[in-house]
Amino acid sequence: MSQNNIQSNSIQNPRVTWEGCSVLLDINDGDRLVFARLTAGSTLKIGSKNFSLRPLIGCPFGSSFQIENGTEGLCLCRFVPSTEVDNNDQEKGGSQIMEECRDNRAIVDNNEAQTLTSGDIDEMRRQGVKGDEIIEALIANSATYEKKTTFSQEKYRIKKQKKYAPRVLLRRPSARSICEAYFKKYPHRIGFLRVDALSLLLSLANVTANSDILLVDMVGGLLTGAVAERLGAGTGYVCNTYLGSTPYPVEIVRTFNFDNEICKRIVRAPLRDLCLEQTGTSEIIDASNAELNGQTSSINMEEMSLPSNHEAVDSETIISPQSKMGKPPKAGEKASEEAIKSWKENGFSSLIIAAPDADAWSLAKDLLPLLSYSAPFAIYHQYLQPLATCMHNLQQGKMAIGLQISEPWLREYQVLPSRTHPLMQMSAFGGYILSGTKICSSS
Amino acid sequence: MLCSDGKKKLSFCGSIKDGDLVIVYEKRDVMKAVKVCETSVLQNRFGVFKHSDWIGKPFGSKVLSNKGGFVYLLAPTPELWTLVLSHRTQILYIADISFLITYLEIVPGSLVLESGTGSGSLTTSLARAVAPTGHVYTFDFHQQRAASAREDFQSTGVGSVVTVGVRDIQGEGFPDEYSGLADSVFLDLPQPWLAILSAGKMLKQDGTLCSFSPCIEQVQRTCEALKSNFRDIRTFEVLLRTFEVHEGKMDSCQGNEGLSVGSPPCKRRQRSSEGSTVQDSSSSPTIKARPCADARGHTGYLTFSRLKCLS
Repeated sequence: MSQNNIQSNSIQNPRVTWEGCSVLLDINDGDRLVFARLTAGSTLKIGSKNFSLRPLIGCPFGSSFQIENGTEGLCLCRFVPSTEVDNNDQEKGGSQIMEECRDNRAIVDNNEAQTLTSGDIDEMRRQGVKGDEIIEALIANSATYEKKTTFSQEKYRIKKQKKYAPRVLLRRPSARSICEAYFKKYPHRIGFLRVDALSLLLSLANVTANSDILLVDMVGGLLTGAVAERLGAGTGYVCNTYLGSTPYPVEIVRTFNFDNEICKRIVRAPLRDLCLEQTGTSEIIDASNAELNGQTSSINMEEMSLPSNHEAVDSETIISPQSKMGKPPKAGEKASEEAIKSWKENGFSSLIIAAPDADAWSLAKDLLPLLSYSAPFAIYHQYLQPLATCMHNLQQGKMAIGLQISEPWLREYQVLPSRTHPLMQMSAFGGYILSGTKICSSS
Repeated sequence: MLCSDGKKKLSFCGSIKDGDLVIVYEKRDVMKAVKVCETSVLQNRFGVFKHSDWIGKPFGSKVLSNKGGFVYLLAPTPELWTLVLSHRTQILYIADISFLITYLEIVPGSLVLESGTGSGSLTTSLARAVAPTGHVYTFDFHQQRAASAREDFQSTGVGSVVTVGVRDIQGEGFPDEYSGLADSVFLDLPQPWLAILSAGKMLKQDGTLCSFSPCIEQVQRTCEALKSNFRDIRTFEVLLRTFEVHEGKMDSCQGNEGLSVGSPPCKRRQRSSEGSTVQDSSSSPTIKARPCADARGHTGYLTFSRLKCLS
């Protein structure tokens, strides 16, 4: 690990998708978020139909797709937005809204405003009329559209667009997008770790290339992935430790498109191996370990079926000579004895604990001795009391200084001309973080 | 500050050398950056500390003054640096810094453009995130401030991944040589909307932009300017609430021994042997936490967006 194998040309930040890559599909502006792997056979269900994801292969991240009538029937097609600002729109923007004199006094909720029936729309669809054209027809046949304010006209249009011309945005999986998607859909799987809290953990623990970060990741692998992303493909390690003999599941790591170089940097070691006085790992290898590590549990968000052979992912990357049986390294292999020996000698450069169900102090008192002096650490918890107790004990034991418990607060705003305000809904709780710096107690 | 190669990594746990930058820690809010020089001394309210006593000690050590007072010597990190740097301008703090780095998806190898440099608080964290293969190009229109920032980056050890330029980004835009090369752009300018067009030229497709502004009127105009070439325009405010922790007795109504702060250390052992605390909870000290009375109520709004993909 003393070798410096930084590859300046290693592309950690690919901007175009490839066959087998992991993507986050954002359908209708965040209404649905689906993790998928782009293969020739993978599909996405929109409405009642399945659409092949093949057209998304080779497209830049950030591009949008719409359903269109192609040669083989309906399929997802690239949709390029216009850059030229709608002059109308621009001019309307500031001035007209100020002078808006329309209001909802004339709107009667009697369900008679729309003269097109669902039968009419079905008929249009059968004839292959485009989604955009259906929307125009709906607007033309709406008795109340003209009476609406500009703002509600826009809302109406967006609502119809989502229904009749849904859009799929191709997002790159990153710590940010993965954390946000899980927080929105399955917050319990990531221990309710909000993106601002995750960011704080990474900063407070001084995560940077070439450092050796000790982790307790009981948030499904989100933390491991986020740390590995910041570490890059240098000489550092992210080492996941665990009590007992079964590593905690970290399947979210596979959602990141990590190359072999980065996967090699993600390792695991049971706590007893890191603490043992003698060098050399314990010989107990339980079958469940190997199984857990090898298993290719797919991350199913919504009804998406993921082809779970991740060989497809790795086939693009160069097979490392070190790997056995010609298989590329997987993230989360057992740490090498050499690495463990080095950590015992030098200590880890920092520690992050995200163990929502574990006691902070009992973990901290075992893990802090594994750090080098002056190493920063950060502990996430959903409850305040375990951190307060941990902080008190660290103070009393003179184990650390600069101790602080903080709670992040995040508020999003709607910014529109004359209509700027905080969003009506917000997450009221992002967890607590205890941070500090380990000190040298020997003097 | 950065571990730019395998050898230097060990310096973290290694010992303090002549010429090192150390953070002298008195207490949470009293810290100072000091360049170790064999012949100099540090003088503070605890007495006189000889640097020569520090050399050879590991980072994280407690060192004594001539009067028996003590301080801790810490290895610098961007977080500590933010707390000790000399304020030449208003600076960004950890909540905003950490959030925007994750939100801009800055990783090792990223090319980042920043304006203005200011006191370099954010720049140091950006440098840590892009190292060792990426680079931060930061611009300030103030010649002297740029020069001071450049010196700081050398002394904190991030100089190899940061380049400071003197340029009025609002007036002139970013230099053409970075056109289409930037992964991320960060703006902390009085009139950020004037720099949006140039930022869009610098960014790769789907590249990320963040603008930090204290006032909502600035945000308003920036969002208007972003509409044509950017998507995913989102504005956030991020703050931190800190807590203080005390140990004290929670008296039930009859007892009146007064609340003791800072209990005898033997109590700690009792607690760790679990269960013993339950019995006489009326008199045993408990650990209590509450939010600190003062907090930073506003720093600025962070507006994020991504360059539209057009090809």
